Amino acid sequence: MSEGNYILKGGLYAVALIGVTAGTLFGLSMVSRMNRPPIISVQRGYRGTGLDQLYTPAALAALQAANKMPGVLPEPGPNGPKAGAVYKNVRVLGGLSVGQFTRLMVTFTGWVAPKQGCAYCHNVANMADDTNYTKRVARRMIQMTQNINANWQQHVALTGVTCYTCHRGNPVPQYIWFHDPGGPAAGGYSESHMGMGHPTGAAGDSSLPYDPFSPFLEAAYNIRVQSEQALPGADNHSIKETEWTYSLMMNMSQSLGVNCDYCHNTRDLGVWSDSSPARVTAWYGIRMVRDINTTYLDSLQDVFPPNRLGPTGDNPKAYCMTCHQGVYKPLFGVSVLKKFPELAKPVPATGTGPS
Amino acid sequence: MAQYQNIFTKVQVRGPAYAGTPMPSPAWKRSGEPFFNHLFGILGDAQVGPVYLGFTGLLSVVFGFIAFEIIGLNMWASVNWNPVQFVRQLPWLALEPPAPSYGLHFPPLAEGGWWLVAGFFLTLSVLLWWVRIYRRAITLGMGTHTAWAFAAAIWLYIVLGFIRPLLMGSWAEAVPFGIFPHLDWVAAFSLRYGNLFYNPFHMLSIVFLYGSTLLFAMHAATVLATSRFGAERELEQIADRGTAFERGALFWRWTMGFNATAESIHRWAWWFAVLCPLTGGIGILLTGTVVDNWYLWGVKHGIAPSYPHVWGTVIDPATLPGAPK
Repeated sequence: MSEGNYILKGGLYAVALIGVTAGTLFGLSMVSRMNRPPIISVQRGYRGTGLDQLYTPAALAALQAANKMPGVLPEPGPNGPKAGAVYKNVRVLGGLSVGQFTRLMVTFTGWVAPKQGCAYCHNVANMADDTNYTKRVARRMIQMTQNINANWQQHVALTGVTCYTCHRGNPVPQYIWFHDPGGPAAGGYSESHMGMGHPTGAAGDSSLPYDPFSPFLEAAYNIRVQSEQALPGADNHSIKETEWTYSLMMNMSQSLGVNCDYCHNTRDLGVWSDSSPARVTAWYGIRMVRDINTTYLDSLQDVFPPNRLGPTGDNPKAYCMTCHQGVYKPLFGVSVLKKFPELAKPVPATGTGPS
Repeated sequence: MAQYQNIFTKVQVRGPAYAGTPMPSPAWKRSGEPFFNHLFGILGDAQVGPVYLGFTGLLSVVFGFIAFEIIGLNMWASVNWNPVQFVRQLPWLALEPPAPSYGLHFPPLAEGGWWLVAGFFLTLSVLLWWVRIYRRAITLGMGTHTAWAFAAAIWLYIVLGFIRPLLMGSWAEAVPFGIFPHLDWVAAFSLRYGNLFYNPFHMLSIVFLYGSTLLFAMHAATVLATSRFGAERELEQIADRGTAFERGALFWRWTMGFNATAESIHRWAWWFAVLCPLTGGIGILLTGTVVDNWYLWGVKHGIAPSYPHVWGTVIDPATLPGAPK
């Protein structure tokens, strides 16, 4: 073999080595983001339109294991003395019987603070004491739950929600959001944050706007950006606006564990007559979350201690993921609301209880 | 035995380095001592240099560097000059055009001004590189096909970043600089304007894009497959077309009844490549200026079929009386 051949071979090996190394690294990074087959495709729309939802058994099994509704205590009757008469400072649930009230308190502990127990909210020396912020927050959250179940049935139907829908045994729900001012930037003459251009978990690790929540789920900025007529007219929605909407939609998609076409026909995302009824449910859901955030959570801004506030000092807020947690119906649609009628609507203070 | 039938060139022919044809104009000399590189020889010609930069080339490189620096430094500033975060986040980082409220005005540097400056220098750089390609071709006594093919790509670039924003009256309509950001922009562009797949010029552009890859694969495979008979050897083929070309032509005539010729295959390839950005640019130019929603345009002109509504009637809840805002 001539010297030239050795050099040629060496060169080829070098190229091959670099190629194999780069290929392996790229392959590993790709594989780490893949779903384990088989992929099950569930057809929802008309045949041939590709309106399918995709699932893998492994991911579905993991979701089902992680989204189970725990058992509930038996229901005591509404008879007997009222909690409001027996205990002091019962402002929201005073109309319940002592039995109903006690069962509910025990249930709340299991749903929200199973490790911390009663003392997470209560001063156990004086249960009526409102000193702990957690107790004041809990009271507002009970009102919120009743409001959701009574006034947002276009979204939650009769399935409804309980503390467990969001809390899942955590004192602070796992999925909350704060205003995101973006990471540190140099400022000065360099380009200021335009709300995007950094990896964001809020929208599928894309570089789309990293806080799609503030404008749409707290404020009520316009989400509809697609023109409703073929030819140009008065519609001047911009591509930048579209990127914000896009980010919100990606967030909804990952919150519910569904594709775009769970709600939309993706050939004409804006057209309602081609959409699935789930889009209507989601439309009410967006309004419901705005109500939750502005009427309830924002009202607790001064109640929360600093360690519960976000980087700009704002209170924690809810989004689709807070309840849905990756499932198209929270807890796969299992409802226990019938067993907790006191959470279905506000309890009359002197009534015989809602049941 | 020497064989030319691999994806790599297995044989490297070495003579003395060739400096190229004499220069007609002495204003600028070719620079760099030519040398040979084995790795380059595997992929192409082993000789590297000399290079003719010329003053258009030099200015193009300088302006390109300025644009590159403006984009890169703004990206680096967006992670507060943190080198680790710069590398980690690089594919996500962006230099965004100004907000729509600025219209066609020049905004402050921090609010999109840098995007305009970078775009200006990058455009200048690309145009000067075009002049350079054109003039090198003339100097070598070639046709100017390369320059016009490059011009087709420049057309698409200028439509996206300059002509269309100008017609729309807003720099915000233009593409951001950045790896993922410009891809997100593409998706948002189609979302805003009602699905670009219903844009006939987008359809044409896709035809020419995929057609180009098909033609390139057919052509390259034919030449490689007949290179064992010397198909790639220019001089012999000029003197006598011989068995290599004949076999290539016969292969396609037998396969599909028709064959391109050694000349016409390159015309096919050139037109497909050039028409891809040319039609694409027309499609972009019409979007938002002439058509606001391509899907609805497609319905109007009977190219978007309707399917049965398997879910029944779904009504926009915002149109119902008493709906929440």
